[in-house]
Amino acid sequence: MAENIIQVEHLEHWYGDFKAVDDVCFSVKEGEIYSFLGPNGAGKSTVINVLISLLPLQRGSVKVAGYDVAAQPEEVRKAIGVVFQDETLDRDLTVWETLEFHGRIYSLPREERRRLIEEMIALVELEEKRDVRTRHLSGGMKRRLEIARGLMTRPRILFLDEPTIGLDTQTRIRLWEYIKKVNQAGTTIFLTTHYMDEADQVSNWIDIIDHGKIIASGNPLKLKDELGRDMIYLETSDDEAALQMVRSLEVVKDVRRDSKGLRITITTDGTRCLPVIMEMLKDQGLSIAGVNLKKPTLDDVFVYHTGRNIRNAAGEKLSARAFARRH
Amino acid sequence: MAFEFLTVYWRDMLRFFRFRALLVSSLVQPALWLALYGAAMSSNFNRFASALPLPPEAVSVSYLTFLGAGVIALTALFTSLFGGISLLFDKNWGLLREVFASPMPRTHIIIGIGLSGVTKSLLQVLVIMGFGLLIGVRFFSGYAPLQTGLAVVGILAFVGIFSLGFLFLSSAISMSMDTPEGLQGVITLLTLPIFFASNALYPIDAFPGPVKIISAYNPLTHLVNGVRYFAIGSDFYAIGYHYVYTTGDVMRSMLALAIFAALMFLAARWVFKRAVVT
Repeated sequence: MAENIIQVEHLEHWYGDFKAVDDVCFSVKEGEIYSFLGPNGAGKSTVINVLISLLPLQRGSVKVAGYDVAAQPEEVRKAIGVVFQDETLDRDLTVWETLEFHGRIYSLPREERRRLIEEMIALVELEEKRDVRTRHLSGGMKRRLEIARGLMTRPRILFLDEPTIGLDTQTRIRLWEYIKKVNQAGTTIFLTTHYMDEADQVSNWIDIIDHGKIIASGNPLKLKDELGRDMIYLETSDDEAALQMVRSLEVVKDVRRDSKGLRITITTDGTRCLPVIMEMLKDQGLSIAGVNLKKPTLDDVFVYHTGRNIRNAAGEKLSARAFARRH
Repeated sequence: MAFEFLTVYWRDMLRFFRFRALLVSSLVQPALWLALYGAAMSSNFNRFASALPLPPEAVSVSYLTFLGAGVIALTALFTSLFGGISLLFDKNWGLLREVFASPMPRTHIIIGIGLSGVTKSLLQVLVIMGFGLLIGVRFFSGYAPLQTGLAVVGILAFVGIFSLGFLFLSSAISMSMDTPEGLQGVITLLTLPIFFASNALYPIDAFPGPVKIISAYNPLTHLVNGVRYFAIGSDFYAIGYHYVYTTGDVMRSMLALAIFAALMFLAARWVFKRAVVT
């Protein structure tokens, strides 16, 4: 059995009167890719900042790489690498200088540091940009440089806070190739993201956080399976009436209505079930404008547990985030 | 022994020399002060001064020479008070998160920024002295070469300790502020009394009582004393006032600056320890 490299128990965090993190417990096994999901403002960044010792531990216990973050923050810092959510590069340093600075503040001896810089630059394929100031790098290159920097000290855990936010799809795919390579070499990955599809593809374990509480956990397969076998999306002439009718069906596990129509979770094979539902609605005089059938995704998992779409939830929670930032 | 503060120093100096505009303006600005303000004021002050009777044998120095020491001190003050500002930008741009999340103790940031600020101040002082000598500031008059060398070392030592104190103060303020505008306001507010309640531009003997007391505790006054002692001498007349600096006076001024620097370091350490950067 793999040891838990991160152990969080009953973590709470307050910003003034605002409880940003509420009794959060989870653990991460060594060597896995662990995803911490939730909309912006859900408490993800607060948790990650406590774990990397940038925020003081207020209540609960947090062990990272075997060290208590409150008692031995320096040991924790030595054992981890961090890629922050927002850019944290000095725009006036070159790629090489950025890594040199980082290696020096982590007290890497000169020879080892110089060797690692070359290794890291090669890993993220920035050889051509070695002497270019970071202000002239593209968004994807900056991210790659930050990942190289996070990895340079050979951390046991790499924290990635929204590593792919704002990047185009191709860049995201390439970044994931690096991250997977790093993980295969033995580094535990702690990821926060609100891109559900990414988390679905790479994670060994997922915890979903909303309003400061963990509301679902499991591996991606389990999380999706819990939801049911298939999802049906329906647009009808009268969604409210349709919702009432569909809800009474035995095979229907859950029905949600949003601006686009109905989102129906069913427990049996959708290809058999869908014609029956459509027939029934037609009999009641409703016309059907659109229909879709698919396997549940993590997005659906999120909607199921929170009642909100993760992208919409992001906007709604901005005020809480702004509040959290100020304090 | 840990030397990570040298990394902070390295980065700050790299940026200083990389921004040519900043480098040049920081060197030209004090020279302009001396040239413009000095030239304008010295013709006025010298006119008054020449009307005042001096005892025979007295060493009388021109206002420009008197002011030269003041400009050195003022430059050190301004450069140092604004020296911590980069920390506020680093904080707001997120760069400090990388540093705060690293195992390097935070005191190294304070020390590194302090040392790079001192380096900038010393460079400026050397430029001002060179430029001053060119336009007629009569420093080191009658000194032997060795004496001049020692005097320069003495001046640099005074400027160094003084600058450290204000750099630590500036770092502490920068770390506790959220916006550059606020920081600018606080520093300007701080600069004015330090600037005017000092003997940098004029003698303090004629000040009203309370201002005189403030100026006696003002680190800038102590710096100016030290610089004048080394640059002009221990006994001279300027603008009709008699200046006498004993070795004890100069040691006391040095001690005052050292205590000031130590207190400011403790203040900065206190602020940094509590600072949360996310």
